[in-house]
Amino acid sequence: MTPLIVVDRVSKRFRPSLSLGEKIAAGLGSPVETRTVHAVDHVSLVIRKGEVLGLVGESGCGKSTLGRVIAGIHPPSEGAARIDGEPIMSDARTPVKATTRIQMIFQDPFASLDPRIRIGETIAEGPIAHGLVSKGKAAAYAGEWLRRVGMPADAAGRFPHQFSGGQRQRIAIARALAMQPDVLICDEPVASLDVSIQAQIVNLFLQLRRELGLTMLFISHDLGVVRHISDRIAVMYLGRIVETGPSAEVYARPRHPYTRALLDSVPKLVTGADEMVTFKPIMGELPSPLSPPPGCHFHLRCPKVQPLCKAEAPTLVGEARAVACHFPLPD
Amino acid sequence: MSAPLLSVRDLRTEFATKAGPIKAVDGVCFDLQAGEILGLVGESGSGKTVTGFSILGLIDPPGRIAGGSVRLEGRELVGLTNAALRDVRGKQIAMVFQDPSATLNPVLSIGAQMKLALDAHGRSSATVARERSVEVLTRVGIPDPAKRLDAYPHQFSGGMRQRVAIAIALLNRPKLIICDEPTTALDVSIQAQILTEMKALARDMGTAMIWISHDLATVSSIASRILVMYAGRIIEEGGVAEVLRAPRHPYTRGLLESLPANATPGQDLMQIPGSTPSLLNLPPGCPFAPRCSYADDLCRTEPPRLTSGSRAVRCHHPLAMEAA
Ligand SMILES: Nc1ncnc2c1ncn2[C@@H]1O[C@H](COP(=O)(O)OP(=O)(O)O)[C@@H](O)[C@H]1O
Ligand SMILES: Nc1ncnc2c1ncn2[C@@H]1O[C@H](COP(=O)(O)OP(=O)(O)O)[C@@H](O)[C@H]1O
Ligand SMILES: [Mg+2]
Ligand SMILES: [Mg+2]
Repeated sequence: MTPLIVVDRVSKRFRPSLSLGEKIAAGLGSPVETRTVHAVDHVSLVIRKGEVLGLVGESGCGKSTLGRVIAGIHPPSEGAARIDGEPIMSDARTPVKATTRIQMIFQDPFASLDPRIRIGETIAEGPIAHGLVSKGKAAAYAGEWLRRVGMPADAAGRFPHQFSGGQRQRIAIARALAMQPDVLICDEPVASLDVSIQAQIVNLFLQLRRELGLTMLFISHDLGVVRHISDRIAVMYLGRIVETGPSAEVYARPRHPYTRALLDSVPKLVTGADEMVTFKPIMGELPSPLSPPPGCHFHLRCPKVQPLCKAEAPTLVGEARAVACHFPLPD
Repeated sequence: MSAPLLSVRDLRTEFATKAGPIKAVDGVCFDLQAGEILGLVGESGSGKTVTGFSILGLIDPPGRIAGGSVRLEGRELVGLTNAALRDVRGKQIAMVFQDPSATLNPVLSIGAQMKLALDAHGRSSATVARERSVEVLTRVGIPDPAKRLDAYPHQFSGGMRQRVAIAIALLNRPKLIICDEPTTALDVSIQAQILTEMKALARDMGTAMIWISHDLATVSSIASRILVMYAGRIIEEGGVAEVLRAPRHPYTRGLLESLPANATPGQDLMQIPGSTPSLLNLPPGCPFAPRCSYADDLCRTEPPRLTSGSRAVRCHHPLAMEAA
């Protein structure tokens, strides 16, 4: 399959402002340092036309930042993301998103809908502005997208607060789809939903993908959900991709020690066994992205660490199945 | 079995709202043995947190405990004065929350907060307080605890802050810790570490726990018994293996079947239709009836009762005992 999205050595750095706790401490006389967060560190990846690529990793590893760069919300500090060879962001002094072909869905469906605007207007706004539909036909157009995401026809005339979390996520999905994108970037789209509602929304994504042939980047910390929905997986650790490959293979035979450890730490129901639920913790914590360790970012927690790992960062090698590790687990 | 550490009977907690009274906890009953970890699962709004708060006597107006009994080692806690309850809290029963900042004060060092928590139940010397603080911080896996006593909460990562909150809960050697989604906001890797440590704690120190979570897999990895809540009621109770292998309530089975782990990748997940009901207008019969494929007229008119015994279900048409 041809790559639709190409992410080419993208880095994104932030200079964070102080947290409340740090401000309080600064007020009490603690020294304040200026710092740079390396949220995304030279990431290259492709998303092929029609595939769902799952992006997993611990919080703070840079998943949302990478998603936002691909969606054209953040300009990269270095490198570029392209769709069909065209840059996603203009290279003006203040870069702006240059395409409507990519749309993003966020975790919190409560924050992403304006409480004062009726659902139908929220959905029609973008398509009208970009000439996808005339004002006269906008209401019918919005209604059609609401129907496709399983919302009742009268939803268009109501306000967001009249809907549950699951319904609001459906509305947010309809709003993104009404822009007729080729690519959907979904950032933890089921994380804030109740367990019984999660399955409904996962099924909706599966259905929309079948009906519309969408290409998706599906970001989630829930490895079970990602496995279920993704054709391929990319595993991220402290700003870098450490492993990619077809989901079934990565889950069955992870090659990076981090992927292995992450999969092992999820409680799994094994209803056949004596021990009903199994998991094995990884040692330690994600190091601060303010001062990432030299060499392989995972070496501080890696059970297989060697001197080389502390000195030199491994590169991501391999085609269909790629791993960034000096001593990968056997295939 | 010996007399339970905690015995909760027909606990009912209501909130008065403009739209009418909300029965957030409606007739909850269970026993907890010393050293036992009991899991409390349910979707958001099912009454898990309010159950925990009610046990601790932390219900403020417009809420009130409308009835029932909570006995700790035989002593009735419902109706105790605030002063008496304060003495129970922290000393005999402690609570850990999803967000550790509910426990941690940003303007005090960890050491100062721990000293205050100890002093609340009888003054101790600075040296004794320090020793005890280092002991519990070590227990929860804080590296270099003696040095960390002077640190402020923001100098810890989210996972470490939660560990500090757990350490504070341990300070006065409580018999019971109510853990309300303590790992929900944490990464799976940190969650796995904390689950392992808490299990060891219950085993080594005989501390009983009520582990509250919306995640069946997490609860099942730490608890020996689970209670499933729906709309303020317990709808199923049993040993972890019994409930997971052969759920008897259609809701419990629906939750289990909707997990991606129990499906073929790419295929539609089993889904429970609809959403959780508003507590303001519950249907007259079983609150799950509108979403249940087994529901009949009886279910729609008559609320089912929880069967008695340690393997209990609240359903007119429970699923067969054998694995379905
Ligand atoms: N707008 C921002 N300003 C400063 N720092 C940020 C910003 N967005 C993200 N970061 C930092 O970048 C790192 C990666 O964050 P994020 O991409 O949100 O990770 P994830 O989605 O994997 O949890 C974190 O350390 C985070 O604090
Ligand atoms: N202070 C309050 N005032 C009114 N209603 C409340 C209050 N606290 C909780 N409730 C209601 O009680 C019900 C149970 O809440 P809770 O125990 O927090 O659920 P859970 O912890 O299972 O998510 C919810 O419907 C909630 O709206
Ligand atoms: Mg994120
Ligand atoms: Mg709660």
